[in-house]
Amino acid sequence: MNNYFVKRFLYLIPTLIGASILIFFLYSLIPGNFIDTDPNLTAERKAELYALYGFDQPTIIRYFIWMGNLFQGDLGYSLQFQRPVTEVLNNYIWSSFIVAFASLFLTWGIAMVIGVISATKQYSFFDSFITILVFGAMAIPSFFLGLIAIKFFAVDLGWFPAGGMTTSGADYTGWAYVKDIAEHMVLPVIVLTMLGIGGLTRYFRTNMLEVVKQDFVRTARAKGLKEKVVIYKHALRNALLPAITLFAFELPALFSGAIITEQIFNWPGIGAIYMQAFSVRDYPLLMGFTMFIAVLTVISNLIADILYGVADPRVRVK
Amino acid sequence: MTQEAIIQVNQLEKKYKAKEKMFRKNTEYIKAVDNVSFHIEQGETFGLVGESGSGKSTIGKSILRLQSISNGEIIYNGKNVFQLDKKEMRHLRTKMQFVFQDPFSSLNPRLRIGDALAEPLLDHGLATKKNVKEKVMETMEVCGLPTYHINKFPHEFSGGQRQRIGIARAMIMDPEFIVADEPVSALDVSIQAQIINLFQELQEERNLSYLFISHDLSVVEHLCSRIGVLYLGTMMELASRDQLYENPLHPYTKALLSAVPIPDPTKRRERILLKGDLPNPASPPSGCKFHTRCPFAMDICRRVTPEFKEREPGHFVACHLVDKDETNT
Repeated sequence: MNNYFVKRFLYLIPTLIGASILIFFLYSLIPGNFIDTDPNLTAERKAELYALYGFDQPTIIRYFIWMGNLFQGDLGYSLQFQRPVTEVLNNYIWSSFIVAFASLFLTWGIAMVIGVISATKQYSFFDSFITILVFGAMAIPSFFLGLIAIKFFAVDLGWFPAGGMTTSGADYTGWAYVKDIAEHMVLPVIVLTMLGIGGLTRYFRTNMLEVVKQDFVRTARAKGLKEKVVIYKHALRNALLPAITLFAFELPALFSGAIITEQIFNWPGIGAIYMQAFSVRDYPLLMGFTMFIAVLTVISNLIADILYGVADPRVRVK
Repeated sequence: MTQEAIIQVNQLEKKYKAKEKMFRKNTEYIKAVDNVSFHIEQGETFGLVGESGSGKSTIGKSILRLQSISNGEIIYNGKNVFQLDKKEMRHLRTKMQFVFQDPFSSLNPRLRIGDALAEPLLDHGLATKKNVKEKVMETMEVCGLPTYHINKFPHEFSGGQRQRIGIARAMIMDPEFIVADEPVSALDVSIQAQIINLFQELQEERNLSYLFISHDLSVVEHLCSRIGVLYLGTMMELASRDQLYENPLHPYTKALLSAVPIPDPTKRRERILLKGDLPNPASPPSGCKFHTRCPFAMDICRRVTPEFKEREPGHFVACHLVDKDETNT
């Protein structure tokens, strides 16, 4: 048992080294860099900056320097912001996180409820109606959905602010500040939730349908248990097992930002920063961020495996 | 036969939607169970036999209201099972239990068997948290499960042990009536005997009534006092065990019985071989449903559905052949 976790933990090392090689060399394959994008620099100044940032070294050497820094927790130095990448990430990632977290919470909660009801009342009016609705929401592109939301809820009705994270110039403090951010969050969270809910609803519905047809659910009914106990204790808990894997993959998604939605709502999140870094070829930032997400992905995989063992006794013993 | 009926099934019918055609009103139905009536007496074992797809399990599940029915009624001790409200039904569930065919899928993989056994007792208030463990262990012992298994999960058991858990689960509420849906067909032969003996012992101890569903005629002969033979959802013959095995009247019953192996190589007997497969239940044959495969089919069999009639006390059969013999003599 313990042996298994030690083994799984040791597997992380080669996986991450593989990921770092891929990330570094793929980014070095892209022509041009931050210094080349500035047409006003003289040749001498360029050479000077090349030496300063280490761009004059062979790619292999640069990889090992980058790796050496990574081991010390240093993700590199952002050329565009002229600050360490970790600092830039720390600055923007949390605003992405709160939106992603709220939307994750809503998406999973709503999808679970709809999935269960749809499955227990398969082919009912509710089932068909909600199926059309969630597929519709999923099929609409985020930029369109975002603009519609702004048009109706921000411009016409004036319920929520159209964009940004805080009311500019308001300088709220304490609870007023929290409330201000919450108001700005509403529209982007709704858009992200609508986009994510379709697939997950279908997933829960299918899982539930599969479990509800099993004999042990019939057993639970034959025991004379209340329908609620049958559905939630016996059926749903078993239907949730495969969702653990899916849930663990949401961990990196919490920190990776939503590029288009953040752009539309002018939300100062990491998705917007990521796009900006691409346009000015701020490779250290891009590489550092990608590596950060890679680490999170690998860790969330490990967490999924551990959780699976905790939740499913059949996996636990093996 | 003087005892009272614990279960009375009247004109049971169960239809499944086969295809729904868009823009057309008449949907096709498959009649899984077609006008079946029988009763089960207190303390007896009633056997239901038939090929797969003949509606045996559907009848079993319907009796316990584990699924809906299309027509007919099921009377348990004078109460119409399908007219009870939720609360009454929940209460009745403690009295009638089900043992499933597949001991692997009928147990919740995430519940320790001690918890799975205790759950209905606690839920129905038949035990308190203090004495529930005692009751669970008692039932486990009765069903031949060592009590040190109490904290194990279903996947840690063999098929035979799991079926014992399934039986213990049914027994723990001290029911009066049990539907056993092919409870031994997933087990190997040596285990089958143990489980069948367990069923018998429990019946003797507790004066239980069983509906025993099986396709294995030697198991049914060993266990059941009366037997019904189903073909495509219709009852073809119903008789006491002795009547059925010594004097089968329906050609289908005769064919089934002639296929039972005799453990004596010197004995020979004529086997009745049935031609063809089971017809499509969505469009069952006209007249007698069995005429397409019956070696003695006559003209009338294709046109007229034979009546289900009593030929000798307690021996019912639906067959034109028997009618003809009777009018000749």
